[in-house]
Amino acid sequence: MAEIKVNNLQKNFGDFVAVKDSSFTVKDGDFFCLLGPSGCGKTTTLRMIAGLELPTAGEIMLGGNNVTFNRASERDIAFVFQLFALYPHMNVRENIGFPLKCDGVARDEIRRRVEETAQILRITELLNKPVSSLSGGDRQRVALGRAIVRKPLAFLMDEPLGALDSEFRHVMCGELRALHNRLKATTVYVTHDQLEAMSMADTIAVMNQGVIEQLASPREIYERPASLFVADFIGSPAMNFLDTRASLSLGSDSLMFDGVNVKIPSAREAIIESDLVLGVRPEHVKLDESSAIRGEVFGVEYLGTTQVITITTKHGMVRARVDANRKAAIGDHVGLSFNSEKLSVFDKASGRALRSALHEGAIHG
Amino acid sequence: MAEVVLSGLSKSFGATRAVDDVSISIGDGEFIVLLGPTGAGKTTLLRLVAGLEQPDQGAITIHGLDATKAAPAERDVAFVFQQYSLYPHLTVYENLAFPLRSPIRGLSEAEIDSKVREIAKLVRIDDKLQNQSTRLSGGQMQRVAIARALVRSPSIYLMDEPLSSLDAKLRGDLRIELKRIQRDLGATILYVTHDQIEAMTLATRIGVMDRGRLVQMGTPRDIYTDPVNMYVASRLGMPAINFVPLNRFPSMAAPRGASVMGLRTEHLSIEKSNGADGNGLVTWVEHLGDQNHLHIDMGGQDVVVLSPPDSGLEKGDKVHLTPLAPLFFDVDGQRVRG
Repeated sequence: MAEIKVNNLQKNFGDFVAVKDSSFTVKDGDFFCLLGPSGCGKTTTLRMIAGLELPTAGEIMLGGNNVTFNRASERDIAFVFQLFALYPHMNVRENIGFPLKCDGVARDEIRRRVEETAQILRITELLNKPVSSLSGGDRQRVALGRAIVRKPLAFLMDEPLGALDSEFRHVMCGELRALHNRLKATTVYVTHDQLEAMSMADTIAVMNQGVIEQLASPREIYERPASLFVADFIGSPAMNFLDTRASLSLGSDSLMFDGVNVKIPSAREAIIESDLVLGVRPEHVKLDESSAIRGEVFGVEYLGTTQVITITTKHGMVRARVDANRKAAIGDHVGLSFNSEKLSVFDKASGRALRSALHEGAIHG
Repeated sequence: MAEVVLSGLSKSFGATRAVDDVSISIGDGEFIVLLGPTGAGKTTLLRLVAGLEQPDQGAITIHGLDATKAAPAERDVAFVFQQYSLYPHLTVYENLAFPLRSPIRGLSEAEIDSKVREIAKLVRIDDKLQNQSTRLSGGQMQRVAIARALVRSPSIYLMDEPLSSLDAKLRGDLRIELKRIQRDLGATILYVTHDQIEAMTLATRIGVMDRGRLVQMGTPRDIYTDPVNMYVASRLGMPAINFVPLNRFPSMAAPRGASVMGLRTEHLSIEKSNGADGNGLVTWVEHLGDQNHLHIDMGGQDVVVLSPPDSGLEKGDKVHLTPLAPLFFDVDGQRVRG
């Protein structure tokens, strides 16, 4: 297994900049997610690492070797695609062993490695079945097996779970991560699904319009988003954004918000009066009768453990995630308060998160 | 009063029983969601109600009239499909006006205009009425498709995964709008999905389907807290409910006949253990932001437990688990009540 290092990578398609001056390191054994909406450049980045696309500028190091312009077949990596293509006329054993057969590996060795791979994936009992008889999940496992069996330096995966329904996707997420824990293989995983990234990754790079906006652990990205884009993209339901116009002085720990003083994490930079956005995660909104911020319940969504209450306020819709047993009905008038330690403040024009006691140390891309 | 009554509906395709003896009575203003995986028969059931398929057995009554043999156009229903099918050469306004222009209705231009504007406002596309229908975002197109069903006032709206082709954020927004629209109009809706969040949040009652049969019908809270079998229990809840053999928790009293304990992720209390009382090992912590999922190995039995982000538990920690409110099931997966 190996480290992947990407330096100042750039890719232009004509006038369109798909990936812009991007640099990051995937540590040996890391599960690394490139996350972003379609068109953000994540798949292009992955394809350049794979050698399926040549960069306009920059370099790619794999295990210390510069592979920027090597052919795909000369890079020791395995690629798992969204639509897992299995050879329909071969059984599971032959499908998994095929890459080794192509490399001219001895028959005994193929047998040994295929069986070892099947054991890792827990599909030993399927080895002699035709692939047409397999369920979607088992097909996915066989496709993974074909990647694993080669023992490559790294795995690249492009939305391998994208075609599955949401429930099953979560099960496969757990399985992929458990597999990663066993193999400790360097993995670069592309997805637009923030939940997949959150549940599996050691490190997430959130991409937007060809640029990495934040590179950090899932927890860091969730709790201390570096920009409005990241804050909005991560989390379901999404973070609430409340607009205000105010100034902040160094060390101030409250924000004037429509005549109400809202407590915030202490500011580590001074801001002249400008348009600011207060960012509040739904689980940090409390229904609080004593609060001066008022609203009316617009919708109640029961989710079993919790419920999400949507409230119309004069600053826009606010969603609160509260205990499922809290009574709330449409039309109720409620007060809202926020968990002050967990609030983010953004500069509306640039989208940048302001430095604060909470955000000190957040990494900017 | 029940608007639509399905009694004993069955439909087979060759040897496959797609719908197997399903009876549902849908009340006026109800939002019924049929939940099940691919192949459970939910779409076939919807198509039977629409008249796009003929049942082998059973009857469909709409508004007190037997509609079992009626042609789709004669039934007082409106269908919204997963893929928004708009007329690409028409504006949004004309797309919405189209169903009202039918000669059978005999509506005046003024009546049509007021109806179109009223519904456009309801689904919040009133500023897009003059747009070409192809020049809209996915969410806007699906709203137009829903609006086109809403301009008519049928006895029942039939919706087949209308939100599933949209991205997650949009789906969340449209979900709550659809619920609001349904309430404002007092509309009766039969809605099909495999997405448990949609079922939980939209339905007044959920019908859980399994291989053509309706297994349980009830409010989202009923289905979540009081499932009739393991299949239903595993349909709702993210992450899924844990099923653990009784002997994992020998001190737990169980009713007669029970063999498996169903523990929702929030129904396990977890403490760090440093000695002999440990019964699990944390193998992986999923940081999902608002909550953590702890994956725990109980000697070959994997369970997932919900914990607050600041619980301090890490991979490799020994823990002690105690069940809180378990559900019990027998060897066949049927619920056993204490």
